[in-house]
Amino acid sequence: MAEYRYRDALRRALYEEMKADERVFIMGEDVGAYGGAYQVTVGLLAEFGEERVRDTPLSEAIIVGAALGAAMVGGRPVAEIMYVDFAALAMDQIVNQAAKIHYMFGGQFRVPMVLRTQQGTGRGAGAQHSQSLESWFVHVPGLKVIAPATPRDAYGLLRAAIHDDNPVIFLEHKGLYAVKGEVEDEPFVLPIGQAEVKRQGQDVTIITYSRMLGLALEVAEQLTSQGVSAEVVDLRTLKPLDYATLEESARKTRRVVVLHEAVKIGGLGAEISAELSQRLFGVLAAPIVRIGAEDVPLPANLELEKLVIPDAQRLTAAVEAVMRYQPMPTNGA
Amino acid sequence: MTEVSASVVLDLYQRMLRIRRFEEAVGGLFKQGQLPGFVHLYVGEEAVGVGVCAALRADDYITSTHRGHGHVIAKGGDINRMMAELFGKASGYCKGKGGSMHIADFSIGMLGACGIVGGGIPVAVGAGLSAKYRGTDQVAVCFFGDGAANEGSFHESLNLAATLTLPVIFVCENNGYGEFTPARQAMNIENIADRAAAYGMFGVIVDGTDALAVYMVAVEAVERARAGGGPTLIEAKTHRKGGHAEGEDAFLAGQKYRLPEELAAMAAKDPLEIMHRYIVEHAIASSGQLEEMDNAVVRAVNSAIDFARNSPEPDYASLYEDTWV
Ligand SMILES: Cc1ncc(C[n+]2csc(CCOP(=O)(O)OP(=O)(O)O)c2C)c(N)n1
Ligand SMILES: [Mg+2]
Repeated sequence: MAEYRYRDALRRALYEEMKADERVFIMGEDVGAYGGAYQVTVGLLAEFGEERVRDTPLSEAIIVGAALGAAMVGGRPVAEIMYVDFAALAMDQIVNQAAKIHYMFGGQFRVPMVLRTQQGTGRGAGAQHSQSLESWFVHVPGLKVIAPATPRDAYGLLRAAIHDDNPVIFLEHKGLYAVKGEVEDEPFVLPIGQAEVKRQGQDVTIITYSRMLGLALEVAEQLTSQGVSAEVVDLRTLKPLDYATLEESARKTRRVVVLHEAVKIGGLGAEISAELSQRLFGVLAAPIVRIGAEDVPLPANLELEKLVIPDAQRLTAAVEAVMRYQPMPTNGA
Repeated sequence: MTEVSASVVLDLYQRMLRIRRFEEAVGGLFKQGQLPGFVHLYVGEEAVGVGVCAALRADDYITSTHRGHGHVIAKGGDINRMMAELFGKASGYCKGKGGSMHIADFSIGMLGACGIVGGGIPVAVGAGLSAKYRGTDQVAVCFFGDGAANEGSFHESLNLAATLTLPVIFVCENNGYGEFTPARQAMNIENIADRAAAYGMFGVIVDGTDALAVYMVAVEAVERARAGGGPTLIEAKTHRKGGHAEGEDAFLAGQKYRLPEELAAMAAKDPLEIMHRYIVEHAIASSGQLEEMDNAVVRAVNSAIDFARNSPEPDYASLYEDTWV
């Protein structure tokens, strides 16, 4: 075991995959000489050379489009889009092309391409550099979507994403790069599509992912003083969703809060809450509560930015609400 | 050069000074950790924004970039409200919601800076389209970098503006870099102005460190646009004196991406020094008078900082304002 920062765990995954398979290559803006806006690819150019670590012009559509074309004919590209916000400039290649190629052409092509990008708030970077856009991708059939919260998951899932023969959107979080955690020395791959119970509990399940995992664990810890035992489930993969794990936890605790940094309206929380409510109608002791960002663009002012996204107080209040919930008396009761 | 009046020359110099002193102050504040977000300074590129904006009327439009402070000041923006915006204060141009990369002032035709590279270019085309439709003789200018000239939005914008003969002026600030990637590595041509030919519009290269030269090229492009002669692509060759973004040294970890000969060439071509020399040589003003002008600008910048510091934070209820009209 050794301690890795999130960014170093990602780099280790890239390094090992590039060593093992020369079809794997990286392209993106300032990923080479400079090592990426968040220093994930530092040192890889020196190790693997320009053919395999390409600095591109500022052209998101061609970064993704060229990765796609290369993937269709035998490459295993890992493309980087510096901020998820800039993926908007490549949405045609992601949504209309990469996601559909395998199905639309009757299974003739595989698209073993990974699109790494990062999202989220925390730097006061304003409306165009702070969004969380996972729902855009989750909504498109044909894509897989991963959002790791820990260095270990980042490592194991990035390797899995590179091995996968489908287009994978790999969503990092700008607030996690310096976070440290244990990663085994022996190489390993984690399965895509498996959530993980990050904390065991009996009374309530908090379902979350990416940077909000930290908040969930912190609040879960504080809740013990109120006698509440919270289970925290980290989705890790947002598509395909691991409903088996979610259902099992929810069946046990009978109370669920879904937490994410993305805007609540139309967010993944709505999907999860609808599905679990349907599966567990009659089992749940309280309606599922969702917590996500307010429905406003992200303001540059840091205090306002904090107001937009979920915090400990809001999460605690949500857990307390599902704990307190009393069903309405039925007619005649 | 003789056709430019003394008052225009002094005006150019003063606008450049305002940008320079404003940006220097902002750099200092950022270092002290007083400003949130990302800050990209316009130091070294002042002659481009100033030369172009001096050729515009108040009712003409501009769109800008992540490196936008200079464009706002060049167009006549209020440095108090700018500084307050950088501090995220309620008295800022965008009520503290925009920040450094997102300053706009509709009252002076400044349609907004933009954190998305290439994002402002189509907007200027739309403004030009509207001006033409409304039958005014307004023009629209977009500023953008060499890096942005590789985005699809650039190419689509030039094509439409040329096809519809729109009153749009595309001003490419070629400082030789998109972040840390040299332009020569990101495109296979030396001159971005050459791309004008591909879309059937005028293209011109100008020394972007010479405000007078920029001004004269801009005057011609503006006259053409107002007269219905269509768009122009101006490529201004310039330098950014500092880094891509403030604070970059921390994450560059000692990496040097700029060539020493380039830094030396740049030092010899400071737009303010060039203009200063010109003014004194042509006896338009004395060194002493220019120093006085400088001091006044510094005082104005200092009072902008005071204004920003003393302004209230946005109140929490304002969070929900302006999501919709
Ligand atoms: C669409 C998009 N891609 C990438 C970025 C990140 N980024 C911000 S500024 C910049 C460089 C822009 O270069 P250029 O257009 O030459 O402008 P300069 O910074 O040199 O003024 C990059 C890559 C961004 N903001 N938007
Ligand atoms: Mg540039």
